[in-house]
Amino acid sequence: MSLKTEISFRLNGRAVSVTIPVTMKTLTMLREVLGMTGTKYACGEGECGACTIRLDGRTVNSCLMYAVDCDGRELVTIEGLKTENALHPMQQSFVDHGAIQCGFCMPGMIMQADYLAQNNPELSCEDLRRGLEGNVCRCTGYTKVLDAVTAVVEARR
Amino acid sequence: MSDVQNYLSPHRLDDAVKAMAGGDTTVLCGGTDLSPQTDSGLREYAGTLMNIRRIEGLSGIDLIDGQIRIGALVTVTGIGNSQLLDELAPVLVEAADQFASDQIRNAASLGGNICNASPAGDMIIPLLVLDAVVELSSWRQGTVHTRQVSLDEFFTAPGKTVRQENELLTAVIFDQPAESFVAHFRKSGPRPALEIATVSVGIGGRLENGSLSGVRVAMGAVAPTPLRARSVEATLEGKTLDAETIRAAAVDAGEQATPIDDVRASAWYRRHLVCVFTEEVLNDVLEN
Repeated sequence: MSLKTEISFRLNGRAVSVTIPVTMKTLTMLREVLGMTGTKYACGEGECGACTIRLDGRTVNSCLMYAVDCDGRELVTIEGLKTENALHPMQQSFVDHGAIQCGFCMPGMIMQADYLAQNNPELSCEDLRRGLEGNVCRCTGYTKVLDAVTAVVEARR
Repeated sequence: MSDVQNYLSPHRLDDAVKAMAGGDTTVLCGGTDLSPQTDSGLREYAGTLMNIRRIEGLSGIDLIDGQIRIGALVTVTGIGNSQLLDELAPVLVEAADQFASDQIRNAASLGGNICNASPAGDMIIPLLVLDAVVELSSWRQGTVHTRQVSLDEFFTAPGKTVRQENELLTAVIFDQPAESFVAHFRKSGPRPALEIATVSVGIGGRLENGSLSGVRVAMGAVAPTPLRARSVEATLEGKTLDAETIRAAAVDAGEQATPIDDVRASAWYRRHLVCVFTEEVLNDVLEN
């Protein structure tokens, strides 16, 4: 029986308290304990970025991050981007540009793209390519992804 | 299945090192190495899992009395964004930029990258070039005791260091480089992102009138531990950095390397890369 502990944090603006095994990863907690399946498990070792979430404003691989380390912090997942009636502009742009094919990498890709666009209003194509290095897509190639993010950045200028 | 019997998340250093006094502790910070290593069975948890993220006073980058002190909890992103380091030790910023991915840089700590003791550890090579020491803290006779170990003497084998079970790496410290100090870093892999270096080379020294003095050469992934290449340093010391000297240093670097064949590259290719990188980094230094 593995040791458990109770942690409290904010998830997409809501206060959450949960009791989890101390070695559980944040991704497992989100998907299997909290039923938040938007964030995807793919490689499980930080290589692909499908599990990207925001932690205190910065993006991390939730598959590598220990859930205990969420205690007292602020998490945002893909479920936290949309408003009640509309997709987030980044999500909508991915749809409009046909950037999504199978879609499995997209929650992570969109979380990272939104982070990059928010942190750098002057985001260049080169910045974007470097910033998305940790997100792998096996379907579309990346051109439409770059188009989708660039459109959002340009619309905000 | 984990055998962790105790989870701690101390806010104070004295509480942390007190808890480590009996050893049997797995230290957790960013988790970017611990997580895959324990998941794959490469490493097992000790009886106590200690999350050091919340310990106060270990997250700063400060210039104090001519020395730069980087707290163990500073993330690789923190190093990459540091104006102080960009100004005084830009080779660290250069290496941080080539480290894994944005998401991993946001989580991974400097202390973790060092204690993981990979022969390919990206932050270790520039720190060797800066002649850094690590500060190890432990609980002794009712107080926090610290000792400093030269980074050059810290590593003993892949994944192994001289850190004792009751010690916590709390900071990395190096002298503020002289104004004429120039250093560069280069690593290789088939793609820029998320690459564990096939080979990395860092070289630094005081550049005056086209020659280097106080030269330090460090190489990664070419030996069981990150390496200071003293004979290459001697080859370069005080000499004009002309094509002949650079060539001699490159040949010597290849001879100092004792790389292995593994899934990432053959020993032959690694030795070849070390020569090429030594030449390229020296040209970068010269052009600074």
